[in-house]
Amino acid sequence: MRTSTDASPAPTTLSATVKPAIRIDSLGKRFGPTGPVVLDNINLTVAPGEFLCLLGASGCGKSTLLNIIAGLEHPSEGTVTVTSGSAAVMFQESALFPWLTAGRNVELALKLRGVPRSARRAQALELLDLVNLADAASKRPHELSGGMRQRVALARALAQDRKVLLMDEPFAALDAITRDLLHEELERVWRETGRTIIFVTHNVREAARLGQRVVLMSSRPGRISNEWRIDDTGPRRIESPEVSRLAIEITDQLREEIRRNAA
Amino acid sequence: MLPDTAHPGSAADPHGGGAHDELRRLESGLDALQTTPLTEKGPWRRFLDGVLPPVLLLVALVVAWQFYTVIAQPRPDLAPGPVKVAGSLVEQWNDGRLQQAVLTSLSRGGAGFLIAVAIGTPLGLLLAEWRLLRRALGPLLSGLQVLPSVAWVPAAIIWFGLTDATVYFVVLMGAVPSIANGLVSGIDQVPPQLRKVGTVLGASRIELATLVVLPAALPGYFSGLKQGWAFAWRSLMAAEIIVVGGSIGFGLGTMLQQSRELADLSAVLATILVILAVGILVELTAFAPIERRLLRRRGLTPGARR
Repeated sequence: MRTSTDASPAPTTLSATVKPAIRIDSLGKRFGPTGPVVLDNINLTVAPGEFLCLLGASGCGKSTLLNIIAGLEHPSEGTVTVTSGSAAVMFQESALFPWLTAGRNVELALKLRGVPRSARRAQALELLDLVNLADAASKRPHELSGGMRQRVALARALAQDRKVLLMDEPFAALDAITRDLLHEELERVWRETGRTIIFVTHNVREAARLGQRVVLMSSRPGRISNEWRIDDTGPRRIESPEVSRLAIEITDQLREEIRRNAA
Repeated sequence: MLPDTAHPGSAADPHGGGAHDELRRLESGLDALQTTPLTEKGPWRRFLDGVLPPVLLLVALVVAWQFYTVIAQPRPDLAPGPVKVAGSLVEQWNDGRLQQAVLTSLSRGGAGFLIAVAIGTPLGLLLAEWRLLRRALGPLLSGLQVLPSVAWVPAAIIWFGLTDATVYFVVLMGAVPSIANGLVSGIDQVPPQLRKVGTVLGASRIELATLVVLPAALPGYFSGLKQGWAFAWRSLMAAEIIVVGGSIGFGLGTMLQQSRELADLSAVLATILVILAVGILVELTAFAPIERRLLRRRGLTPGARR
């Protein structure tokens, strides 16, 4: 695994012929006309099929940025283009519908996508099988563990069949063992489905473990302060020395950013 | 559906297959460790837990009451014993007044409640979705919930005379605010995250309302319905006691009032017990099972909480 620091907004690996999956141009966000600037001059291009981790301390606006890409909030200035139209989103809480079984939760997503009724059941089962939960299709969310709920949420997000998947700290509330497994699961799903993923987290090791690219954001206002590219040499483990080395490097810079707020 | 999905663990994937199976087994093991099967109480156990304590208490109370009348020998016209009250009940049954009164009151209460649901539900929806209306009408509706609906009886008599319309009016004034407020608070308590998910999944406004918001608001709406029924039943009894004569039918309240006029305390007590029993029966047979099912399916009952 080699890493390279590259602060310039235009990624060098992206050839001119490939259209980016997401393009963000000089985006700014403030809440209300007099509110503080939350996001300032964000420029970011994400290649199709890329796994990008968006990293920052709390209050850096990374979730706001994700919401804007998802279309849940509007930018105050600048533009966001999602080439495939819209994106699927997964949140920190699984936000499954508690009155529906796991299978029906996925089916609802299929229904809202316009999949005919006759095909929904089989497709939902297939998607649940993708996250190894085919046996839990008839269980209700409260009967599932936190990790299982997040996998159902992942299956539901995949049911939207969008090229782009946005994830807002999806594993932050899970215990370390479960999280480690879900990293593996997510990486596998990503490799199998070729989705473009933006993964928001405040966990440096998680970002170093998962991302092909880690983008570090500074806080107040939220700006992109640095980014690291990680050569994809296949699955890596969170305990590996490469991940640790990168995590230390990123953490040092993250702390530097946080210290700047002290003055 | 997922055109770019290779079949997981298929033979075409000789390198990832083994690792994938490993992961699957690991995941299944962790899932098994992290989920505990829910132990449901059987119907017999539920019966013992739910029915036995109140019945035992009831029996104890009646026995104590009987002992009191036997030992203290109070004036029978001021403190009739349970045997005498039971006798009045049998008497009311034998001349057919009891059945008629229960039937009249229940059908009135039921019809009034259904009308209240038909009015309160759209009203609640409007209030929940239309901010301005909520600001304007919300406090008034909450005030109406506090106002005893019997207070409307004199006005209703002047407007509608001694007719069933008077009774229904009072019942509606009692039940509609509860039902509307229940729905409003049910909708208010829908986690914003669920709406967000609905939007992200591409739900239109109508789909968001029918597939996400309303099902999510169901528990709150249901407790509003329960309270609405309680208010309807109470208001009905009050109205029947006050409004007697004209074209008004013979209900439990009427029977209560008649017995009072005859200074027949044991008949009064018998009627009170019947009114109480009807309330309890409706709660037990209509509302409790639905509520239990509703909450259990969402993992909200204490026994099923993980």
